[in-house]
Amino acid sequence: MPVQCSNCVQRRAVLKRPKTGHSLCKDCFFWAFEEEIHQTILSAGLFNRGETVAIGASGGKDSTVLAHVMKVLNERYDYGLNLLLLSVDEGITGYRDDSLETVKRNQQQYELPLKIVSYEELYGWTMDAIVKQVGLKNNCTFCGVFRRQALDRGAMMLKVDKICTGHNADDVAETVLMNVLRGDIARLRRCTSISTASDGEGAIPRCKPLKYAYEKEIVLYAYFKKLDYFSTECIYSPNAYRGHARAFLKDLESIRPSSIIDVIHSGETLSVKEGVKMPVQGMCSRCGYISSQALCKSCVLLEGLNRGLPKLGIGKHHRLHGKILAQEPLTEQEEKKLKAVDF
Amino acid sequence: MCQVEEDYNGLERNQEKIPVPTFNRKCVKCKEGTAVLIIRVNDAFCRSCFKEYFIHKFRAMLGKNRVIFPQEKVLLAVSGGAASCSMLSQVQEGLSREAPKKLRFVPGIIHIDDGGACGRSADERQRSNALLKSIFTDTGFPYFIVSLEQVFSLPSSVLVPGTSDPDPSNPGYKQAVDQYIKEKQTLTEENVASAVAQLSLEDSPEHKLALERLFSSLKTLTAKEDMLQTLRLHLILHIARENGYSKVMMGDSCSRLAVKLLSNIALGRGAALASDTGFSDARYGDVVIVRPMRDYSSKEIAFYSRMFNVPSVFISGLDTKTQDKASIQRLTESFVTNLQSDFPSTVSTIYRTSEKLHTVIPPQSQTTEPASKCLLCLCTLDTKEDKASAFHATLVSEQLSQFKRQDPSVDAPEQCCTEGQGCGSGDCCSSNRLPSHQDLKTLLCYSCRLTIKDMVATNTLPPYITTEAEKRQKRSRMKMEISEYLLEDDEEDGD
Repeated sequence: MPVQCSNCVQRRAVLKRPKTGHSLCKDCFFWAFEEEIHQTILSAGLFNRGETVAIGASGGKDSTVLAHVMKVLNERYDYGLNLLLLSVDEGITGYRDDSLETVKRNQQQYELPLKIVSYEELYGWTMDAIVKQVGLKNNCTFCGVFRRQALDRGAMMLKVDKICTGHNADDVAETVLMNVLRGDIARLRRCTSISTASDGEGAIPRCKPLKYAYEKEIVLYAYFKKLDYFSTECIYSPNAYRGHARAFLKDLESIRPSSIIDVIHSGETLSVKEGVKMPVQGMCSRCGYISSQALCKSCVLLEGLNRGLPKLGIGKHHRLHGKILAQEPLTEQEEKKLKAVDF
Repeated sequence: MCQVEEDYNGLERNQEKIPVPTFNRKCVKCKEGTAVLIIRVNDAFCRSCFKEYFIHKFRAMLGKNRVIFPQEKVLLAVSGGAASCSMLSQVQEGLSREAPKKLRFVPGIIHIDDGGACGRSADERQRSNALLKSIFTDTGFPYFIVSLEQVFSLPSSVLVPGTSDPDPSNPGYKQAVDQYIKEKQTLTEENVASAVAQLSLEDSPEHKLALERLFSSLKTLTAKEDMLQTLRLHLILHIARENGYSKVMMGDSCSRLAVKLLSNIALGRGAALASDTGFSDARYGDVVIVRPMRDYSSKEIAFYSRMFNVPSVFISGLDTKTQDKASIQRLTESFVTNLQSDFPSTVSTIYRTSEKLHTVIPPQSQTTEPASKCLLCLCTLDTKEDKASAFHATLVSEQLSQFKRQDPSVDAPEQCCTEGQGCGSGDCCSSNRLPSHQDLKTLLCYSCRLTIKDMVATNTLPPYITTEAEKRQKRSRMKMEISEYLLEDDEEDGD
C-alpha cells in the first residue's frame, strides 16, 4: 500500500526519515535535509560574507555530502563564500590512497580547488610506519593529533578564514559518551560547541555544519543523490576505544531513534562546577602551535617516534617536558617504560 | 590507556604485575590478619578491617557533607535490595555506638510496594511485605509500607517545591552540633513501631485499575521505568512532608549511580545530572534527598551483606529478566558492567565525572518560581529555544517534515475560547478538557517530554498531575493577558 509523503502529500513516499520517523518523498527529503543544515548555519552564525572556507574532505560520505550541500546552499542562498577542498594524506595503504582518488574525482565534479597535505611531508612519518612502531592499540591518538595539526597547517598555507568538517550528530554524541567514560571533563564541556573559539594566532576556527544531521540520513542523501564516495572503514579502527561508545550509541538508537539528539542535548545543557581544574591555552615553545602544556602534543608524539620511544605521548609526562626541551637524554628507567610492548 | 589522568605507574601495573592469586595474603591495612576478600583492583582486606572500612566510609560520607543536623528526622528509603538494607544496617550501627561518636538523627523507614506497576501477584506482594515488616520491626524505627496505588490520592501540592526556611536564627552545622553536645540531650527514640502510620492516603480497587491503565498506556519500557521513578519519588516526598521528615536517604551505590548518569545522558537529562547523581538533591525545597551509599561499589555491598548477614529481600522490578535492549536503562546497565570487566576503572571514572558537575540555578524571583520547574521531575526547565541548540534543531526538523495543515478534529476543544466565542466565565471548557500532549509539553523538561510522548492517553495520569498542569496553564494564560501591565519580573518586591 503506497504511503503518501507527509510533507507534500502528493507524491509517494520512498523513504522513512530516521530522525523523525516521517515518510517522505525524494524531493521533500532533499529539501528538508538541506534546509535543516541551512537553519543550523544561520542560527549559529557560522559564516560571514566573503570568507574563504576550506572543507575538510576525506572522500568519505560525510565530507562528500558536506561539500555537495555547501556548494548547493552557497548558490541557493547566496552566502558569498569562497569554497575549496582540503585533504589530508595519512599514508595508510589500502585506505587513504583509495579515498584520495575519490576526493580528486569530487574536485572535478564540484569544480572546487583541492589541496592535499600529507603526514610524510609535514612530519616525516606515515601512519603505516607509526603503527609498526606503536602497535595496534594507541595509534588512533597519533593519527588524530597529527591530522588536526595537518588541517590547520594546510589551511594556513591556503590562507583560509574558516575550516568546516563533516562531523555528524552520531560523531558528536559518541564524543560526549566517550568523554564521560574517560572522565575528560575539559573536553566534555567543549565538545558540543558547533565551532571552536576563534581567538589568537595560529588558530583557524573550525565548525561542524552537519552537527545535527544523523549519519543514516547522510547515507540516504548520498544514496538518492547518487553521490560518489568511498565507504570503507579505516583498517586500524576495530581496536579503538571509541568502538565501545559507538556500539552503545547504535543500540540506543535502535531503542529510541531520538537518543542521538538527546545525548547532544544533555552534552549542551550540562554544566561543570567552578573550581574544577581546566587547562589554559598557551603556545607550544617549539613549533608555536596552540597548546595547553609547554610542548604541544604533536611535538611530544613526534619526539617519541623519532627517539624510538613511542609511548612518550601516551599518558601524563609533564616532568619529562623539561628534559625533552633541553634535549637531555632520558634515564634508562624512563626509557624502559616508554618503549613499545613487544607483541 | 583510556584514562585522561593515567600515568606511567598505572601502565606498568596493568601490564607487568598481574596479581597472582595466592593463599595466605596479608591484609593491606593491619598487615596481620589473613585476607578474605579483594576489593577495588587489588586490595586485600581481612574481615575486621573490612568491616571497619565499610562503617567508616558511611560515617565519613555523612560527616564530610555536613547536611544532616542533630535531632533531624531522616527518612530511609528502603527498597529491600542489598544496598538499601546495608544502609539500614549502617544507620542502626551508627545509632548504637558510644555517646560521642553516635550518629545524631532520628530515622524512619519507608518502603514503596510497586507490585501493581511491575505485574506481581497479590500473594507475592504480601509475602515480600511480610518479610520486610519483620526486618523493619527488628530495627525499632517507625516505618511506612506504602503501595504505589496510593499515588492516585496524592494532593497536587506535591508538585510545588516547598521553600526551605532561610531563617537567620537557624544555626550553621558546626554551631548546631556544639549546641547539641552542650545540652546533652538523650535521643528519645520513638520505639513505638507505629506501623502503617496515620496516612491520609487510602487504598482502593479503583486505584489498582487506574495504575494498570497508566502503565499500559506507556508504550515503551524506558518510559515506564522513568514514570515509575517519578511516581515513587512523589510518594516518598509526600510522606516525608506529612510526617515532618526533612531529609530522605536513598541507597544508590556507586555502580548504580554510574549507570544512572549514563542513562540520564541518553535520556536528555543533562541539565539535572548533578541533582540526579550527586550527594544531595535539593530541588524539592524543603525535603533534601541524600545518597550516603554513593561511594560503595556493588561488590563491596554484596560482600558486606554476605559476610555480616544483612537481611534483605529480593523484589523483582520492571526490568528483571528482560533482554539487554528492552530499555535504555537496562542497556546502559549491561554496557557499563561489560565495559567494567575489560576496563576496571570505568565505574570510578564515571563517578568522578559526576562529582565535577553542578546544577545551574537561574536567578529566581518570587513570581516565576513555580512556573519554571518541570511538572514531573521538578528540575529547572531546560527547553529555552536557544539559537543553534539541539532542541532548536529538533523543532526545525519536526516542522520541515510535516505538512502544516489545519486539522479541525484535533484543535477544536482548545480553540473553543480563542476563536472569540467567549465561553462565559472561561472555566467551562477547561473543566471538560483533558490535557492533551501539546498542553503538557510546555510544562515539561526535555526528557519528561520524551516520556509523555510515549504515552498514548494522557488522561491516565494521576489526578494530582493533571490538576496541577491545568492550574499552571491557567496562570500562564493569565500572565499573558496582563503581561503588558506587569513590571519586570526580576525586580524584587520592594515594599
